[in-house]
Amino acid sequence: MLSANLVKPGVLPGALPHEAPATQEPLASQFADLYQQREVATLGMWVFLATEILFFGGPLTAYAIYGGRFSDDFVAASERLSVPLGALNTVVLLGSSLTVALAVRAARLGQFRSVSLLVLATIVLGVVFLGIKALEYSHDYAEGLIPGIRFTAEWRPGVEARHAELFFFFYFFLTLLHAVHMLVGLAAWAVLLLRTLRGRFSVRWNAPIEVAGLYWHFVDVVWVFLFPLLYLLRH
Amino acid sequence: MEAQAPSHVQSSWAYLTIFAALVVLTGTTVGAALAPLGHWHIPVALLIAAGKAILIYLFFMHGLESGRLVWLIVMGALLCLSILLSFTLADYRSRPDDSHLRGLRSAACEQCRTTSG
Repeated sequence: MLSANLVKPGVLPGALPHEAPATQEPLASQFADLYQQREVATLGMWVFLATEILFFGGPLTAYAIYGGRFSDDFVAASERLSVPLGALNTVVLLGSSLTVALAVRAARLGQFRSVSLLVLATIVLGVVFLGIKALEYSHDYAEGLIPGIRFTAEWRPGVEARHAELFFFFYFFLTLLHAVHMLVGLAAWAVLLLRTLRGRFSVRWNAPIEVAGLYWHFVDVVWVFLFPLLYLLRH
Repeated sequence: MEAQAPSHVQSSWAYLTIFAALVVLTGTTVGAALAPLGHWHIPVALLIAAGKAILIYLFFMHGLESGRLVWLIVMGALLCLSILLSFTLADYRSRPDDSHLRGLRSAACEQCRTTSG
């Protein structure tokens, strides 16, 4: 009430005239300008991604311990996964990273029609990835490879079924954790697509697209490691 | 102070080239899994994956143009990850008795169970 007349939201007192943002440019009051706001936003995402590296690092460490101890059983279990589908999904996800990189580029150049199309392509590729994953899960269910629920698959002599089940526990834990990250990313892209279509971004302010891009690339990097570690264990 | 977002923009072809390299490396990692590499399968697969991750970081995530603070955060996270992995694996690999991993109760564990119970 008191400060309402003194400080307009989004405009810092003492801001130079050329820095005064247009009304639709969302400069939060704690930042000097949009450049600083962008730096803080990307830095915040990097800090979050640092915690994410360790979040995925925990289950991967457990996987390394058990994979090292029961390597024969884990290899036998890994051979049950479809390498063509896994490789196809890798390419689909890498393709979505390409469309994101191009969307961030287009945003920097102010080409927002391209941004909308590229973000839409990213969403389509993300949904295709999850669709292929769902197809794989349904195959796993049909073959009885669901740990704790339906683990009835036959194994060749010498393979300890309990250890193969442990592999599939890691497989589902890691890929579902990754899929949840994909869903979060897809929700973010849907919001950003709407905002782009409403003209909320400009050459000066497109940090949300860049920040979502960092997150999406990270989720891609996680899959780049999961694919060989889960699908390609061989002797 | 001039407040301008960095205007450094790579060409679309640069991104397409990186994507092509990533697809080729995906093919390489599948090929390496079929090759008779013995115990070298996982190191080779991790090496290729690390190469792909570095390409994504440097070009798609603009690691090349980011400041020292971002490098520090990334390196700090990787350092923590390497501490987690190396110390945990060193511990497990150097234990003579791994019955706890096989889901068996070792004699020592059996004893502590009876004394506490």
